[in-house]
Amino acid sequence: MSSTQPKQQKSRLQIGAILINVSLALLVIAWTIPTIGLLVSSFRTRFDIQTSGWWSFFPHQEWVKTEVFEIPADLNRDGVMNIRGAQGTFEEFRAGVSTPDGKQRLIWIGNKRLGKLEVQQQQWISGYSLTLDNYKQVLEGKTFEIKQPDGSVVTEQGDNFIGYFLNSLTVTIPATVIPILIAAFAAYGFAWMTFPGRKTFFTIVVALLVVPLQIALVPILRDYVSLNLNGTFLGIWLAHTGFGLPLATYLLYNYISGLPRDILESAFIDGASHFTIFRELILPLSVPALASFAIFQFLWVWNDYLVALIFIGAKPDVQVLTMRIAEMVGSRGNDWHLLTAGAFVSMLLPLVVFFSLQRFFVRGLLAGSVKG
Amino acid sequence: MQEPKLKPTSNVGSGASAVGFKGPVDWLATNLFRILLSLFVPLLTFMGLYAGFIFLRDSQAPKGVIAVVAIIWGVGGVAALYMVSNWLIEKLGDVWRSRLLPFVFVGPAVAVLMWYLALPTLRTFWISLFDADNVAFVGLSNYLAVFTDRNMFTAFRNNLMWIVFGASLNVIFGLLIAVLADRSRFEGVAKSLIFVPYAISMVGAGVIWNMIYNVNPNVGMLNAIYTGLTGNEAIAWTASSQLQPWNNVFLIFISIWLQTGYAMVLFSAALKSIPADLLEAARVDGANEIQIFFQIMIPYIMGTIIAVSTTIIIFTLKIFDVVQVMTGGQFSTQVIATQFYREYFTSQNSGYGSAIAIVLLIAVIPVMLYNLRSFGEREAFK
Repeated sequence: MSSTQPKQQKSRLQIGAILINVSLALLVIAWTIPTIGLLVSSFRTRFDIQTSGWWSFFPHQEWVKTEVFEIPADLNRDGVMNIRGAQGTFEEFRAGVSTPDGKQRLIWIGNKRLGKLEVQQQQWISGYSLTLDNYKQVLEGKTFEIKQPDGSVVTEQGDNFIGYFLNSLTVTIPATVIPILIAAFAAYGFAWMTFPGRKTFFTIVVALLVVPLQIALVPILRDYVSLNLNGTFLGIWLAHTGFGLPLATYLLYNYISGLPRDILESAFIDGASHFTIFRELILPLSVPALASFAIFQFLWVWNDYLVALIFIGAKPDVQVLTMRIAEMVGSRGNDWHLLTAGAFVSMLLPLVVFFSLQRFFVRGLLAGSVKG
Repeated sequence: MQEPKLKPTSNVGSGASAVGFKGPVDWLATNLFRILLSLFVPLLTFMGLYAGFIFLRDSQAPKGVIAVVAIIWGVGGVAALYMVSNWLIEKLGDVWRSRLLPFVFVGPAVAVLMWYLALPTLRTFWISLFDADNVAFVGLSNYLAVFTDRNMFTAFRNNLMWIVFGASLNVIFGLLIAVLADRSRFEGVAKSLIFVPYAISMVGAGVIWNMIYNVNPNVGMLNAIYTGLTGNEAIAWTASSQLQPWNNVFLIFISIWLQTGYAMVLFSAALKSIPADLLEAARVDGANEIQIFFQIMIPYIMGTIIAVSTTIIIFTLKIFDVVQVMTGGQFSTQVIATQFYREYFTSQNSGYGSAIAIVLLIAVIPVMLYNLRSFGEREAFK
């Protein structure tokens, strides 16, 4: 088709393509920079973070001191001075005056009478020293001796993120598998069995899809206090199961009820029971749907803060990563070297899951994701 | 897809009804072993699970061991419960089996949903009718307080800002990126990178953006740009009342950053479903790209736009983590969900907190009704 088009139109198309790619690139950069900033900062020392932006990690030009000299004592300091070709008053030299060729800059340091000047030159600078110490301190629980820039040594307690990471994992895996298992059974029941109340119950499932979980926090917390479930893994698994179940049941129902009916009927004729059909036939056939919801629920639970905050509370043995980070933001908000490293530790697993299972993830999104 | 092989089942039809009926005593004698067994197996299962629970609660074992035991116990426990109840049902006669089996499948889900979501709506409403200590019945006066409190008014206003700016900018950016990516050779990479923030927790995003908004221009990129361009003093973008009420917008940007990937994926799929003939016909008729976008694409994917907007509106209505981590709801950035948290958990006012939660529920009821109606129209249950 393009061969029949006039040349002018072809070049217009090319300009269009460039425009599209440039604007897309700008948007992608805008969306990526915050994460890159976090990643770079997590490898910088506390001192570097406080004194220069993370972007100075990239090669850039900066004024660097090359020499210091004194002007002759007899030079009149009250008028306009000519020093090494640069002209200006004392105040101007105080702020820095460029030499005529623009390559150097003179800055008056110290007091007026002394007449000491610094020569600076633009130089390419890159890669402040990077360190893994932040990660070491964040991950481990023992105490650390940290050398300050002035030479003094400060002892700090590590943040034990390995422990919180394990807690997050212990919370997340069952809180992902249990709702899927329960929802798959229920979806099969709703799709392939007849029983009184079937339509009513499923209507309730649909209605609960958008119910905000805040509604449940107060009564469930009361139940947990009386059942001694507060701050236990079981308690938080059940909570996530409850809050994830409407969407899981709904999505899996949509999938399982769409499976071809004749497969099941021939299995029944062969004398298979519901349980066998479910285990041997339905579960294997539903793997795509199960996987997409699993990724969803996994990310949702891993990234959750509110449910953990309420049902785990102040139990450090059970606390998850998000809680620990939120706590650090509150209490040590200026320890950016630790906050960034900690935040990146918490993002690692979701990012791995996301990049390795992107296809399932997107399919899950498309299947409908109205979550309460 | 390969069809999994069915194992021949031997246990079907071995129910109690197969045994001849000779009188209760005989029946009991022949079935005593089976009755005992059907009591013993569930009992054993429960004991095993309970032992696991006690171990997890009291154990001083290393963290990794506890994690592994907990995961096996939790996942295995649920699977065991299903297997045991199925095993029990299989022991019954055909009639009872077909009557009870559906409830083995559906029952646990319904029970959990009832306990965690359905009943709590009623219970929270009931609690909201009582005073702070849940003692004295105060009628609807908590609701009166919710709608007259100045803090709540700010929270409502902020939630409205979240919905208006959050939803609209999210849809606009999502659509823009989807359309651009659709025509680019770098579609896959671009979409992946835009989508990355969706996998990041709001707490993690809070750290990222706390840094970007930091007052120190050496830490905060926005202030580095702002002071570099204007020469003005650095601004606390979120953590001060200086920009009130626009400091909310800077919080909203965070959720836009997080959620645009979601909108983009859905729009992208919808755009790809537009028939190529339709677009080709329009081009042949002389329509330019902008006309095609507004007069063909937008109407064609309107359903998706509405669905995405609804999801984002519900999401922003309940927004909590971002605000809590960034400002703790201070500097007039509070929203309904942070007010709920503050009233119930910080101020220990259970009645008032519950009333706020009910207000949140009322706000999503239109969407709930819409969902129910479209579900009814689909007639999934014939």
